[in-house]
Amino acid sequence: MGRLVLRRLGATVPVLILVTAGVFALLHLTPGDPIDVMMAESVDATVKENLRRELGLDRPLYVQYAAWMGRLLRGDLGRSIRNGEPVIESVSRRLRPSLELALLAMTVSLVIAVPVGLLCAVRRNTPIDRAGATFAVFGICMPNFLLALLLIFFFGVTLRWLPVSGYTDPLAEGWNGLRSLVLPAVTLGLALAAVVTRTLRSSVLEALTEDYVRTARAKGLSEWRVIRAHVLKNALIPVVTVLGLQLGTLIGGAVITEYVFALPGVGRLVVDAVFARDYPLVQGVVLLIAVGFILSNLVVDVLYGWIDPRIRSR
Amino acid sequence: MHRAEAIAPPRDRRWALLRRAARARLAPFGATVVLLAVMVALAAPLLAPYDPLAQNLGNTLARPGRANLLGTDNVGRDVLSRVIWGTRVSLVAGLVAVAIAVVVGSLLGIVAGYCGGRVDGLVMRLMDAVLSFPPLVLALALGAVLGAGLTGVLIALGVVYTPTFARLMRGQVLTISARDYVEAARALGAPGWRVAWRHVVPNAANPIIVQASLSVAFAILAEASLSFLGLGIQPPQASWGSMINAGRGYLQQAPWIVFGPGAALFVTVVGLNFVGDAVRDALDPRTRA
Repeated sequence: MGRLVLRRLGATVPVLILVTAGVFALLHLTPGDPIDVMMAESVDATVKENLRRELGLDRPLYVQYAAWMGRLLRGDLGRSIRNGEPVIESVSRRLRPSLELALLAMTVSLVIAVPVGLLCAVRRNTPIDRAGATFAVFGICMPNFLLALLLIFFFGVTLRWLPVSGYTDPLAEGWNGLRSLVLPAVTLGLALAAVVTRTLRSSVLEALTEDYVRTARAKGLSEWRVIRAHVLKNALIPVVTVLGLQLGTLIGGAVITEYVFALPGVGRLVVDAVFARDYPLVQGVVLLIAVGFILSNLVVDVLYGWIDPRIRSR
Repeated sequence: MHRAEAIAPPRDRRWALLRRAARARLAPFGATVVLLAVMVALAAPLLAPYDPLAQNLGNTLARPGRANLLGTDNVGRDVLSRVIWGTRVSLVAGLVAVAIAVVVGSLLGIVAGYCGGRVDGLVMRLMDAVLSFPPLVLALALGAVLGAGLTGVLIALGVVYTPTFARLMRGQVLTISARDYVEAARALGAPGWRVAWRHVVPNAANPIIVQASLSVAFAILAEASLSFLGLGIQPPQASWGSMINAGRGYLQQAPWIVFGPGAALFVTVVGLNFVGDAVRDALDPRTRA
């Protein structure tokens, strides 16, 4: 197991170096002078020159990259040019709403997908199965900003059951906090539920044909026990893979969901930074999201090796 | 592939594939939607009842009715006309972004698979690095530095989808390069580029076509998402994503501003998905019974 972790970590290092190079290059991809793009024309030339020096843009590219990497390794991701706040502080302040949203969305998706996927497989080719397939198509094809607006329209504007925007911390405010996250979590969780439903349905169907299921039935176990103890346990392995593969979609979805529901999370921070043309902040946040994404994939890989011993030996 | 199809002349084989694709249960619906969307995009100037940019401040937020089938927006523009013109943007965005990814990704995949060694390592690690970014975050960051507008979005989405095609093509090149007919072509002295162009690429095309057909729907969704966030086509030009964003402030008084373009986007994506599934079923031997 330790060797698996080391091997995966080793493969991650060159990718991480290329990712930092890519994020560094972002600032230099801007058409024209990045300082002119970031600051209005009316801003004093001295202020612009100071920022140019502060960002090191007056030095050769390789020197800039080395200096930037040096700061990164010391944990300095730069500062926002708008309010001077260190990027790391901006992100850590906004991390909690994003994590709470991701966790709730994941819960929503599993609560929906596990019973639906299982039921579709067990009742294969029945109206229940077809309803499940329709739900999956709906979830996969529905843009999450549109779903968010539909939910706001029905549950917020028409029925007035749930708040339509804003964030209240569930750890501090309990139920009120949870209520503020229900619509965002359902928005984000539904697309994931659709993908998991499809995966689980096919993996349950595959598991149902295995010899160990026939053996379990021959032993006289009840159908429910067979499914719970033998089918579901094995069928959930591909679900872990799919959840890992969907992390990128989840993060992208979170950017839009946080934007629509005005949640003060990391996704919203990216959008705000992009529109403020605050490139140091864009660079810092995008780098942190990419590193978080790579590490989460690493965890999923290792987790996959832990639950499926066949992977470890490869 | 069935034996009879395998030995049939190319045109008959194409018809057989088309027939098989059409047999997929939801393919006719998908194909109808896609054809309709293409026709609407092409005939937008003829079909749109009003100028999509013409404001009528005396007729703002009008309910759907005989004069304006999908109502009007907050500055009195006809929502239906804007939905019709928005079809062009969505289809162009989906098709061009995927075309960029197919061309660049396939070239990179061929180079990596054919050269092997360090070149392969470098290209594939680069692709891994691109895949390390959540797609929408990468598109957002690239869109930000390239500037708002359709060109920036097309390049950003092209970059996002390139690694998928590069990986796919590299895998195909490695598999096909080991086949006897490629060895034979090499032994006869054919230059590398000719072997790649005449023997490798045509045989590697099927998985690329399948992936491309499935990617168009997601590229359209991604363009709409970026436009919704304000990075795509800029107002007052019509695009479904930006129309939905503009309408969200009027959700209570005039939900039709959101639901008109929303329905067009959803139905188009569903149709493209069904067509993509049918193409996959027809071309992918693993999904054939």
